[in-house]
Amino acid sequence: MAAITTSLPPAAGRSGLSGALVSEWTKIRSVRSTYWTLLALLAVSIGLGGAITAATAAHWNQMSPGDQATFDATQTSLAGLFFLGQLVIVVLGAMTFTSEYSTGMIRTSLWAMPRRPVVYAAKALVLAAVALTVTLVASFITFFLGQAILTSTHHQATLSGPGVLRAVVGSALYVTLCGLFAFAVGALLRHTAGAITTVIGILFVLPILAHVLPTSWYHGLERWLPSQVGMAVSTTVPSSDSHYLFSAWGEMLVFGVYVAVLLVIAGSLFRTRDA
Amino acid sequence: MIEARGLTKRYGDKVAVNDLSFSVAPGRVTGFLGPNGAGKTTTMRLILGLDSPNSGAVTIDGKRYMDLANPMREVGALLDAKAVHGGRSAYNHLLCLAQTNGIGRRRVTEVLELVGLTDVARKRSKGFSLGMGQRLGIAATLLGDPKVLMFDEPVNGLDPEGILWIRNFMKALAAEGRTVFVSSHLMSEMENTADHLIVIGRGQLLADCTMEEFIARSSGQSVRVRTPQPELLAKAVATAGGTAANGGSYGELIVQGLNAQHIGDIAFDTGVRLHELTVVRASLEAAFMELTGDSVEYHAAVPAATGRN
Repeated sequence: MAAITTSLPPAAGRSGLSGALVSEWTKIRSVRSTYWTLLALLAVSIGLGGAITAATAAHWNQMSPGDQATFDATQTSLAGLFFLGQLVIVVLGAMTFTSEYSTGMIRTSLWAMPRRPVVYAAKALVLAAVALTVTLVASFITFFLGQAILTSTHHQATLSGPGVLRAVVGSALYVTLCGLFAFAVGALLRHTAGAITTVIGILFVLPILAHVLPTSWYHGLERWLPSQVGMAVSTTVPSSDSHYLFSAWGEMLVFGVYVAVLLVIAGSLFRTRDA
Repeated sequence: MIEARGLTKRYGDKVAVNDLSFSVAPGRVTGFLGPNGAGKTTTMRLILGLDSPNSGAVTIDGKRYMDLANPMREVGALLDAKAVHGGRSAYNHLLCLAQTNGIGRRRVTEVLELVGLTDVARKRSKGFSLGMGQRLGIAATLLGDPKVLMFDEPVNGLDPEGILWIRNFMKALAAEGRTVFVSSHLMSEMENTADHLIVIGRGQLLADCTMEEFIARSSGQSVRVRTPQPELLAKAVATAGGTAANGGSYGELIVQGLNAQHIGDIAFDTGVRLHELTVVRASLEAAFMELTGDSVEYHAAVPAATGRN
C-alpha cells in the first residue's frame, strides 16, 4: 500500500493568524447552529421591532400629548434587537468557544495550531465580524420597517435625524459586544450552559438586583451596568431615565472596556491552562 | 524523532507521568504499552503541548511542538477520533484543520480518498460508525504529509477488518521512513504491529527495547520436552540447575532455566530418549503481564472464595 501519495506543495512560510482566520471562518459557517442562531437573531429583532411599532401606531391616538412628544421612534424600532437580540447572540458567542470543549474538538484544533493566542484571536475576530455584519443587517432592516409602520403617526424618524444613525449602528455594535462578552465568559468557564447562564445573569438579573438598592445608590451605579448600554446607545429623544447615564458612546466605552478586560483575562488563561 | 527527557506531570496529588525519558526513532513502528491509567495518553498530550509538564521536556526533531513552523506538516496525531464537532461534515472538518497550516482543498479531497471516505465526505460526522470516525481521524493526521505519526489506542473498539486496515497502514507509514508511535493496552495487537516497544506502568518507564528483546527478557521463556523417561530427565535437569515441571500429559516436561541445546546435551549424556524438544516462546501478553503486574493502577477486587452463613 502506498500510504501517502501526495500532491501537497511545500509550505509557504510559518502557520499563523491568516490561516487560523480562514479556518475559523470555515468552522463557524459549517455548523447548523450558527445559521439557526443568526436566523433567530434576525427573527426576534425584526419581529419584536415590528410588533412594538405596529402596536404604537395602532394606539397612537389614545396616547397623551406628552407621551407623543417624548416618543422615540428610533429606539422603539430597535428594541427587539438590543433587548432580545442580545440574548440570542450570547448563545452564538458562548458556543463559538464552548463547543470546542463539549465536542472535544479543542484537542484536534490545538494539534493543528498549537499557538493558542493565534487560535483565540482568530476565533474572536471571526465571531466579531460575523456578529457585526448580521446585527447591522438586523438593525437597518428593523429600523426601516419600524419607520414605515410608524408613518401613520407622522412621528417616524429618518437616518439623517439627530442621533439616529448612531442609534442604529450603536445598537448593532452593542449586541456584537454582548456576543464577545459571552465568548470571553465561554473561554473562562469552558461550559456552554454555565457561560450562557452567567452572561444572562449579568445582563438581565444584575440590573433587577440593582433596583433593590436605595434609589440614590442605584443612580450612582446604573451607568456602570452593561445592561444600560443598549438603552443609552439607542436613545434619540433624551428622557428622564437617562439622566444618570454617561453619553451614548460613553456607555459604549464602559462596556467595551469590560469586554476587552475579560477577553484578555480569558485569553491568558486559555494560553496557560491544560486543554 | 520524538525525544522525552525527564517528563513529569502531576494532576493534583496524582503523578500521571514520572520522570519519563525515551526516544522514538523513524522508520519503524514503536509500540507504547501500558495498562489503562499508566500515563500513555498523558504522555501524548505532553508531546503535543495540550498539557504542560511539571518538569522535563519533550521535543520533535529538537523543537517544542508549539515552536514548529507548520505543526501538521511535522506531526500527525490522533488522540481521540471522537474529538470532532459532529455537526460538521467530514470534508469541512478536514478543511478547517488544513487551512490552519496553509494546506489546500486538493489535499483534503486526496486524504478522503486515501482512507475511503469520499462517498460520505459531505455527511455530518456524528452519523459515522466507529470505524469511519477512526478513518476520518487518520485522514486528518495525513493532511500535512508528516514525518511523525502518533496514534492513541487506534484500534479500540474496531472490528477485525478495521484493525487489519489500521495495522497495515501503520506498517506502510513506517516502511516509508516515518516515525510511527502507537499506544495500546492490547498486547496481542502490538505483537503484530510494533518493531520496538516502550512500556510504562504508573507513569514510569518499564522497558525500552525491541520486540524480540522484550519477549526474550521475560522469564516465561521455556522448553517443552517429551520423553518416555521423564523422571530420569527431570533429575538430570535439576542437577544442571534447571527446573522441570510436569506438562499436560505423562512424559511431557516444561523446563525452565536451561536452553534447548543444553537440555539436548543432558539427555544425550544421561541416555534419555527425546521425542520432542521445543522452545516455547513467551507471548508478548505473558511478558507484559509479568512486567506490569505490580504497576496496574486498579486491581480488580478478588471475590471471597467461601460463602458465609
